[in-house]
Amino acid sequence: MNIDWAALGTVFGVSLVATVALVGLFTLGIVGLSKQPEPAAQGGSSGGPAGSAGGSLMLARAGAYVCFGLCAAAVAYGIYLIVA
Amino acid sequence: MEHITLLLAIVIVTALVFDFTNGFHDTANAMATTISTGALKPKTAVAMSAVLNLVGAFLSVEVAKTISGGIINEDGLRTEVIFAALVGAILWNLLTWLVGLPSSSSHALFGGLIGAAVMSAGWSSVDGGTVVTKVLLPAVAAPVVAGLAALLATKLTYRIGGKVTGGAQEKATAKGYRAGQIASAGLVSLAHGTNDAQKTMGIITLALVTGGVLSPGSNPPVWVIVSAGLAIALGTYLGGWRIIRTMGSGLTDLRPPQGFAAQTSAATVILASSHLGFSLSTTQSCSGAVMGAGLGRKGGVVRWSTATRMFVAWGLTLPAAGLVGAGAELLTKQGTWGVVVVAALLVAGSGAIWMLSRRKPVGHDDVAPAGADAEPAGVVTMAIAAVSPPPTAAAQPHDLTATIPAPAGPVADPARPATV
Repeated sequence: MNIDWAALGTVFGVSLVATVALVGLFTLGIVGLSKQPEPAAQGGSSGGPAGSAGGSLMLARAGAYVCFGLCAAAVAYGIYLIVA
Repeated sequence: MEHITLLLAIVIVTALVFDFTNGFHDTANAMATTISTGALKPKTAVAMSAVLNLVGAFLSVEVAKTISGGIINEDGLRTEVIFAALVGAILWNLLTWLVGLPSSSSHALFGGLIGAAVMSAGWSSVDGGTVVTKVLLPAVAAPVVAGLAALLATKLTYRIGGKVTGGAQEKATAKGYRAGQIASAGLVSLAHGTNDAQKTMGIITLALVTGGVLSPGSNPPVWVIVSAGLAIALGTYLGGWRIIRTMGSGLTDLRPPQGFAAQTSAATVILASSHLGFSLSTTQSCSGAVMGAGLGRKGGVVRWSTATRMFVAWGLTLPAAGLVGAGAELLTKQGTWGVVVVAALLVAGSGAIWMLSRRKPVGHDDVAPAGADAEPAGVVTMAIAAVSPPPTAAAQPHDLTATIPAPAGPVADPARPATV
């Protein structure tokens, strides 16, 4: 009997890292998108703070789309693995 | 196709029936959590899974070529042995479906093959070491790997997303998690099609080879690929609602972030295992992932009584399917009448299980999250109900003594799975 512990270990490690990384990325994306433009909404008159809040909001959104993009790439790689 | 004998035809039909049971047995793997978190409506979920299974069946034939995987020696394998193995696997699949427990269809098939091969050619025809490395060890490892990954992922997602609270925002994020979950579930379905539909193609091809129709080492013919793909897709579409209920809401209560973590973990484990050379069972990975996700949320619970029943079913899969396979082989050895008797018993046994399931039917309305719209019964479901063969009065008593007790005995409570 020849148990391939190395292969089992690899599967274990890869699954763990990939799952946690993917779920983490996706959650970051969701959190980024769910940021509400509160400061901008409440203070229309003062230009300065609203502008910087809008900037961080943009940043959060951009970061979220990067996260989702990476997740989509992972899904594409998964499909590639299945097909190949 | 002109050399196909009656026996071969029976084997091919039986293999397709197995493929069908495999489909509705394993719908839960991809779609149970998707349905229970409300990401997709039940009917939409199974339809999507069925289409992806069908697509997956056409993607590659690699698995089909290595079906027997060295567990039993192919030389001297007779067509009857394959038939007996399929009978064992189908009956075990139907029985676990009746009690609503997810169990590995592949293990049922392996069990049937081992039992039938031992009865046919003795213990020497089975490679014990391969059984341990290919069946037993993966059965233990799969839920642990997938469960741990889902547990950590769930913890992480609650930590990162913990700041998001409050009605409107939570609703918005739930939508996101559901979308992610649909993607993961799609991957699982696709992988299932490439793996499990091909097992049936492999079996049919093996039968054609042992029957002398095909030369050894040939690829599955196109009609085999098409029929196997259609059988698994149809089975998937009908949906094994009993098992979906157990996995989706029986083991633990899943919220969208957990469902996403569980499904992603299952998809990752399945893909990683099948491409890094240590094959893990889909069913066991998914069940493990669901439990891990259940434990990962603060205040989450796993219903260990249901989980224990599931573990018992996993442990029994190999020996139970093996016993039925061995019994069936004992009969088919007697000649043509034996084959006919086994075929009749299979029909009667399946019919009996079907009748039992009708006493307490579980449909797609029973698996939907609270508040989902009910739909009228599907056309296909009604058609199947209409054409399903009722067991004949003469065959049933004989059948009950011959096939049902062996696998049914050890399962503590075949009447009802514990669900809330």
